Amino acid sequence: MSINTLAASIIDGLLIGFVYGIAAMGLTLIWGVMEVINLSHGALIALGMFGALLAVQSFGLYPYLAFILVAAFGLVLGIIVYSIAIHRILDAPDLTTLLSTFAVSMIIIGAGTAAFTTSPRNIEFSLGSVNVGSSIILGTKVVAAIIAIITTVLLYLFLYRTRTGKSIRAVANNRAAAELMGIPSTKILALSFGIGTLLAMGSGALIATLFPFTILSGSTYELKSFVIGVLGGLGNPAGSLVGGLILGFIEGLIPNFMDTSWTPVIEFALFVLILLVKPQGLFGSEE
Amino acid sequence: MRKLLFVLLVVVMVVPLAACGGKATPTKAPVATKAPVATKAPAPAVKTLTIGFTASETGKYNVESTGQELGLKLWAKRVNGAGGLKLNDGNTYKIALKSYDDESKKERVQQLYTRLINDDKVDLLVSPYSSGLTDAAAVIAEQYKKIMVTTGAASDATYKKGYAHVFQLYTPASRYLTSVLDLLKAKDPSAKKVAIVYEKSKFATAVAVGAKAYAEKNGFNVVMYEGYDSGTSDFGPFINKIAANKPDAIIGGGHYQDGSTFSKQLYEKKVPVKLVGILVAPSSPKFAELGDAAVGITAPAQWAAGANYSPETAKAAGFEWFGPSSGEIIKAFAGAGVKEPSYQAVGGYAAGLILEKALLTAGSPEVAKVKKALEDMKIMIFYGSYNVDTSAGAHGLQIAHDMVVIQWQKVSGKLQKVIVWPEAAKTHSAIYPLR
Repeated sequence: MSINTLAASIIDGLLIGFVYGIAAMGLTLIWGVMEVINLSHGALIALGMFGALLAVQSFGLYPYLAFILVAAFGLVLGIIVYSIAIHRILDAPDLTTLLSTFAVSMIIIGAGTAAFTTSPRNIEFSLGSVNVGSSIILGTKVVAAIIAIITTVLLYLFLYRTRTGKSIRAVANNRAAAELMGIPSTKILALSFGIGTLLAMGSGALIATLFPFTILSGSTYELKSFVIGVLGGLGNPAGSLVGGLILGFIEGLIPNFMDTSWTPVIEFALFVLILLVKPQGLFGSEE
Repeated sequence: MRKLLFVLLVVVMVVPLAACGGKATPTKAPVATKAPVATKAPAPAVKTLTIGFTASETGKYNVESTGQELGLKLWAKRVNGAGGLKLNDGNTYKIALKSYDDESKKERVQQLYTRLINDDKVDLLVSPYSSGLTDAAAVIAEQYKKIMVTTGAASDATYKKGYAHVFQLYTPASRYLTSVLDLLKAKDPSAKKVAIVYEKSKFATAVAVGAKAYAEKNGFNVVMYEGYDSGTSDFGPFINKIAANKPDAIIGGGHYQDGSTFSKQLYEKKVPVKLVGILVAPSSPKFAELGDAAVGITAPAQWAAGANYSPETAKAAGFEWFGPSSGEIIKAFAGAGVKEPSYQAVGGYAAGLILEKALLTAGSPEVAKVKKALEDMKIMIFYGSYNVDTSAGAHGLQIAHDMVVIQWQKVSGKLQKVIVWPEAAKTHSAIYPLR
């Protein structure tokens, strides 16, 4: 195994890791703010893929413009889903919110199957490639990684530099205290779910520029999001990005030494190990 | 007045009786139905013969399966257009097709084939597309002792389970990629390193196992032999590994979606390789959508438009010729709006033709007679030869049909599939080395 081959594999893995990172960020934000495990996360990622496909094929939009539109639509859709399916059961036992978000997932997948079938789709789009040493890196992967970084920075600026962002963090820390300080928690929770959905659908739109997909493809990324959430710490967006990079690194590294089929085995072994040793995640704070 | 009432009462009582009597009379009419016993005047009955199958209207086999379904429909249209099948039992049979969407799922296949047999009372069966789905359907066909001609199903394993009612049209998977290796050997005897990367599906695994054994037997060094999960969309880890092994040829793939994605990503990553042979995907006209990424990709094909099967080649090979020529088939597909039918699509038509010949030979749709006809049949059709193994260990396994190798090339600036192997059938020389 040459260094060049190893470097090429790891670069590939890290680039896709950025995209995994923003996909997981949506899941982890919702968990952090309202302690809801969003089982519709994968379906929303798939919806983002099809949103991008429709925007590109039906309206002739540039895929990255489609990403912005899909993300904006995700924000609105998330607020609507929160109002209908989450808000009233927010204080119910965990199982209730699990079932409710699972139902949302089933509705999206059912409607998506009826509308698009489960046949694979593809956005025909290429940005060429760049040579880095002896490695060839696809332009679409580089741009997807850059967009993922920009999205993370914007999310951080929003959460730490704006009044609304600070309100979200306040509600995440202590909802009752935030309400006493005059923060409209219902609006903030709806907005948080909207941002989580924005990130899920946005990541779906980015993934659609890289790989073929079906309405069922979101489940793969949902699973990865759970692993990343545990790695980076649930409720920690920056931890998600780092968790995504760790996952990408593993996916780039493992195939060089053993069958690619071992990659998920090692990923989930790591998942269990982190849960046992550091359940708050590598970057999560102690309770 | 009382008399009048009495008369009315009698009338009221008598009328229903008369009515009953009226009803009784026609029961005698069936005696009259004995008149048709005037079967002495033999007007040939036109009956309907229903052929059942499932097609993947949705799911990952959608492209290949709907093509196969179209082929079967065109065959039925030709038979019915010619007035149906006149069999020796004195009846003429019009063909009716009954199908359901199996969603590319095994569990749906078993439910639906049971429904086709029990509820829809179909007479004969054609397989779904893909080895995995066919394997599931074959269990049901055998359980109910229904004849099933399989198309789009190459895995050898299905025919080694002791089934007696399942008959294969395709060249078996174990011989699928051997022709690509033959091409490599002929083009470049110094090429020795081969990477085999395949979908972990029933069909592709069977092909890979057969190809590996054949490669090693013929002096090739298999530098990479690895499967990927069905539904894989990111081949980056595999491609980096392939590049590290520096093979002369890459062979493998699985079905349309993964095969086309794999080919596209190999091109994008500019992997230096002399020959690429991918299963299934390049045979579909849809593969041309890859543009430059399609150029130079080869594939084994059960059939290609230029394949020269004719009454003359049949005679030379000692086979009986049956059915229309390739030209007529292509014309039929063109009439349905398909200019370049894939071998899977044309395979649907060929499965119909095999059943047609078996019915004509059997003289009736009786299962035992059709089974015997399929076992004894040694014919050549536009699709190639048909003759199956009748031994207990591999009953129904195809032993006569051969593969051709196609390659996507730019001919006069236009992307098209050409036949590059075997020498006797080729229409163009192979692009070699690829990169």
